[in-house]
Amino acid sequence: MRKGKGTQFPGITNLAFNEPLVFEQGSPGRTGASLPGDGRVETAAEPRRGEGGTADAASSQSIPRDMLRVPIEGFPEMSEVEVVRHYTRLSQWNYGVDSGFCPLGSCTMKYNPKVNEEAAKIPGFAFTHPLQPESLSQGCLRVMRELERFLCEITGMDAATLQPAAGAHGELTAMMIVKAYFADGRRTRSKVLVPDTAHGTNPASIAMTGFRAVPLQSGRRGILGKDTVRAAMDEDTAAVMITNPNTLGIFESDILDIAEIVHGKGGFVYGDGANLNALLGIVRPGDLGVDLVHVNLHKTFSTPHGGGGPGAGPLAVKEVFAPYLPVPVVVESGGALRLDHDRSKTIGKVKGFYGNFLVCLRAYAYILSMGPEGLKRAAQTAVVNANYIKARLKGHYHLPYDTPSMHECVFTDRVQQERHVSTLDIAKRLIDYGFHPPTIYFPLVAAGALMIEPTESESRESLDLFVDAMIAIAEEARLGPELLQGAPRKSKVTRIDEVDAARNPVLRWTPGEEAPG
Amino acid sequence: MRYIPNTDRDIAGMLEVIGVKSAEDLFGEVPSCCLLRKPLGIPPPLGEAQLLGRLGELARDNANLREFSSFLGGGTYHHFIPAVVGHLAGRSEFTTSYTPYQPEISQGTLQAIFEYQTFICLLTGLDVSNASMYDGASSAAEAVLMASRIKRTNRVALSRAVHPDYRETIKTYCAQQAGEIVDLPFDASGRTDLSALRAALSSGPKGGTACALVQSPNFFGIVEPLDEWGRIARENGALFISAFTEPIALGLIKPPGESGADIACGEGQSFGIPPGFGGPHLGILAAKKEYTRNLPGRIVGQGADKEGRRAFVLTLTAREQHIRREKATSNICTNEGLCALTASIYLTALGKRGFHRLAVLNHRRAQYAKRALSRVAGAQVRFSGPTFNEFVLRVKGDPAAIRDRLAGKKILAGIPLGRYYEELGDCLLVTCTEMNSEEEIDELAGALGEVSGP
Amino acid sequence: MDVPANLKYTKNHEWALMLKDTAVVGITDYAQHALGDVVFIQLPEIGSRVSKGDSFSAVESVKAASDIYAPVSGEVVEVNTALEDHPERINKSPYGEGWIAKVRIENPSEASGLLSGGDYEELLRGEEAQK
Repeated sequence: MRKGKGTQFPGITNLAFNEPLVFEQGSPGRTGASLPGDGRVETAAEPRRGEGGTADAASSQSIPRDMLRVPIEGFPEMSEVEVVRHYTRLSQWNYGVDSGFCPLGSCTMKYNPKVNEEAAKIPGFAFTHPLQPESLSQGCLRVMRELERFLCEITGMDAATLQPAAGAHGELTAMMIVKAYFADGRRTRSKVLVPDTAHGTNPASIAMTGFRAVPLQSGRRGILGKDTVRAAMDEDTAAVMITNPNTLGIFESDILDIAEIVHGKGGFVYGDGANLNALLGIVRPGDLGVDLVHVNLHKTFSTPHGGGGPGAGPLAVKEVFAPYLPVPVVVESGGALRLDHDRSKTIGKVKGFYGNFLVCLRAYAYILSMGPEGLKRAAQTAVVNANYIKARLKGHYHLPYDTPSMHECVFTDRVQQERHVSTLDIAKRLIDYGFHPPTIYFPLVAAGALMIEPTESESRESLDLFVDAMIAIAEEARLGPELLQGAPRKSKVTRIDEVDAARNPVLRWTPGEEAPG
Repeated sequence: MRYIPNTDRDIAGMLEVIGVKSAEDLFGEVPSCCLLRKPLGIPPPLGEAQLLGRLGELARDNANLREFSSFLGGGTYHHFIPAVVGHLAGRSEFTTSYTPYQPEISQGTLQAIFEYQTFICLLTGLDVSNASMYDGASSAAEAVLMASRIKRTNRVALSRAVHPDYRETIKTYCAQQAGEIVDLPFDASGRTDLSALRAALSSGPKGGTACALVQSPNFFGIVEPLDEWGRIARENGALFISAFTEPIALGLIKPPGESGADIACGEGQSFGIPPGFGGPHLGILAAKKEYTRNLPGRIVGQGADKEGRRAFVLTLTAREQHIRREKATSNICTNEGLCALTASIYLTALGKRGFHRLAVLNHRRAQYAKRALSRVAGAQVRFSGPTFNEFVLRVKGDPAAIRDRLAGKKILAGIPLGRYYEELGDCLLVTCTEMNSEEEIDELAGALGEVSGP
Repeated sequence: MDVPANLKYTKNHEWALMLKDTAVVGITDYAQHALGDVVFIQLPEIGSRVSKGDSFSAVESVKAASDIYAPVSGEVVEVNTALEDHPERINKSPYGEGWIAKVRIENPSEASGLLSGGDYEELLRGEEAQK
């Protein structure tokens, strides 16, 4: 086992403070913020003496007294010092990409460049208002337009919208556009085909649009077979929703035939772009027969995951769908950019304003930093890294499909189950070794799946440490399951009783409640 | 390239372990006809200094609220963001974390979101909040979908005084399920016409309207009589959804929960999130306890670990897409987690008295502005209803032209409303927050007088 | 896996105890085991009418959710409200205290379409083999 220089053993040894809720600390009269203004503590909205006057339009419109509110009971009263300690301590209980390796499959937890954070703080971006005059927003509009162009070039599409706030939002927008297309003087269709390897958001987005999701079984090689699609495709099917490479990390090699079959009956191919990191600069979805594709800026394009967002899920489409894009659309005329709200066939809006602009800005900065060779190298390295892990772990964990993997690989717990050790146990034990576990129990087609996506951000040494830990855990499992079933032991908290938390949900702190022991 | 550690030498060693000659061999499943033969048509890479230079140029082509005096609102607000907020929310343990599916190593995010959920319940007077939605508009749309699921009907009564983007988004989402939207007009006071509400709810099939949705303060800044809405909705068997774009108002005005709201939805950008040209923002969604399992989105719950220590965990996950798939309450996965954290930090820093004081200050400044601006010749406050920090001002001359001329004086005077409401084609929506000093307001009044029509 | 011989079964892992006028319905031992610890059940509405094969209830665990389909057509006359506070009874006693609803039998001939204990066991053997 390769060891790090001078370290004994990869793993965690915590300095983890205890820290109560904000509602359980502080003291009356404390505050952590200074406000612009007169410094007086004001407590009610009564007109001051001397204000008003004869033609006082304002005082007659005071908010009715019975609608007023006193300072909110339960809100904390903490000094700035206490606020800073509280959140600093909380942050230390987390594990992010900056802490270590996060090999989460189909999440592309790559490094988040810090210069992109600097970009998002520039006042000429951070402090722009969406409804300020367009003539004074040319910089923002230029960023949007160029990013749309870059994404079209990278995906092989003709037009794009930056409005969707996440991948699932992009999927929803795409389904709405497909539905609008068929409703536009054509015969409507009711179904969308989706393989069993699909992410849960896929059938959910389909259902939200009023389509029926038709599940298709992937074959023994882990891919969607063209014959399966041919048997299911008909003139009541609007589209097939396909992720490529799929959630097994396998390239859907029947894609060209599938596209032909679906197009042949007047349907379309929607690409879930979550795994685009494997294809950057190598091949483009648009060239593989895909008609609409969303990209995840918080995956492929390095914007931070934020513990659950904000992300962005821009949608790129072939020209035929451009009229249906949400409004407004950035257009250029006479060298000036403006927002066009006047699009008769638009589906409308999927959120306020124009999208998660500051997230888009980070992705824009990333693409400018990488250039064409950088993006291609990212894809190639991501695929090499994943295959390296696969090659080294092959003898120790069960590989459900021997088809070539791209940027991620999937193992299962079949071998370890013989000793009553599950994927969950393996994942929890990895925490003690100092790693964020891979994605577990997904995709559903591989029972007990461990989906590992290293991304290009990991060095060989980092991958070796991870593989060494996985091999050590496989060995622990062989010798006896107790060590794993009790894991994790070194983290801030141990395994949580999720059943009880769901049966008796406590979803907020309540004033007057005692803090648990 | 500094973001990709493995060098050609590292890769060569790894390829040997894998057992292939070159990285290209790993792309054998891709149809060779489609492999790109030339580099992507994007610009060559910029180094860090060059990148910042280029971005700086683009930023200089934008007006920004630090250099202009701004009276812009309408869904995105200019509030003071204390230094601690960005500093703490920018910690990379928060920003670079994944979704907290492994609770043992995500207690920071989970506790912070539990605190956020609590803040939202305290603010709205409701029992349960989720961990966030994308923004106020999409949150309102999902609130309507939620009401439709609960009531098993697609008919919605929607006030015309709700933010136009929210209405458009609700319309887009509802169109997918063949929903019917009944628009409710507003009256001379700027409030929604309550008789129209009564008519809409009582005329539909009994129990046939899922919900009535109103925004307060509404798009015109007018405070709506939510008690009335609660009563009328209840009498007619419809759910009452209360929306907001400016949550600072909740520091001064009684919460929708006390007026009988079943669901509250809206925008949290005012809580320490920069305007950012409209995004990312923060969608807020809260409801009465009985509707907990109908809520979309993630929810954090309190539990205990094996040692009996308090711990937080994502819970009630059976509602969500990764389990329920096409039957989920929503397709939402990634939301606005870091923005929810930011909001929590902001509210904690302001605290009980600070938040109230801020709300009072906003109201006071806007009242001052109303008085100052209505003294300008030809200008007049358009609606008679009570306002919080926004109001509609009728001006003499073309509002867009006036706005542009004032922009030339580094004043962003307000939002021309003609684009949204034909009948308000002579009006600007003016917003005042704690960022607008009385001097600044006086300056606006003076400049407005100069540029208005004769 | 426990498969009482006196019950009828469906391929979706529901069981039905066919009484004179009503059928008592629940989910099988196999189903509760696959779900894991039940955290919540959405009980059917008393008085509602269901057709055979309609989804009329749903059961949730921490990691999964399952629709429950009516084995027979008829009116729901009683539901096991104790499950609201004690969902774990579905796991502990799926054929006893974990019963879910009673349906008044509308069409007695539907019973012949249900599986016998032996048929259901064979179905289970088939599902295990596929894993």
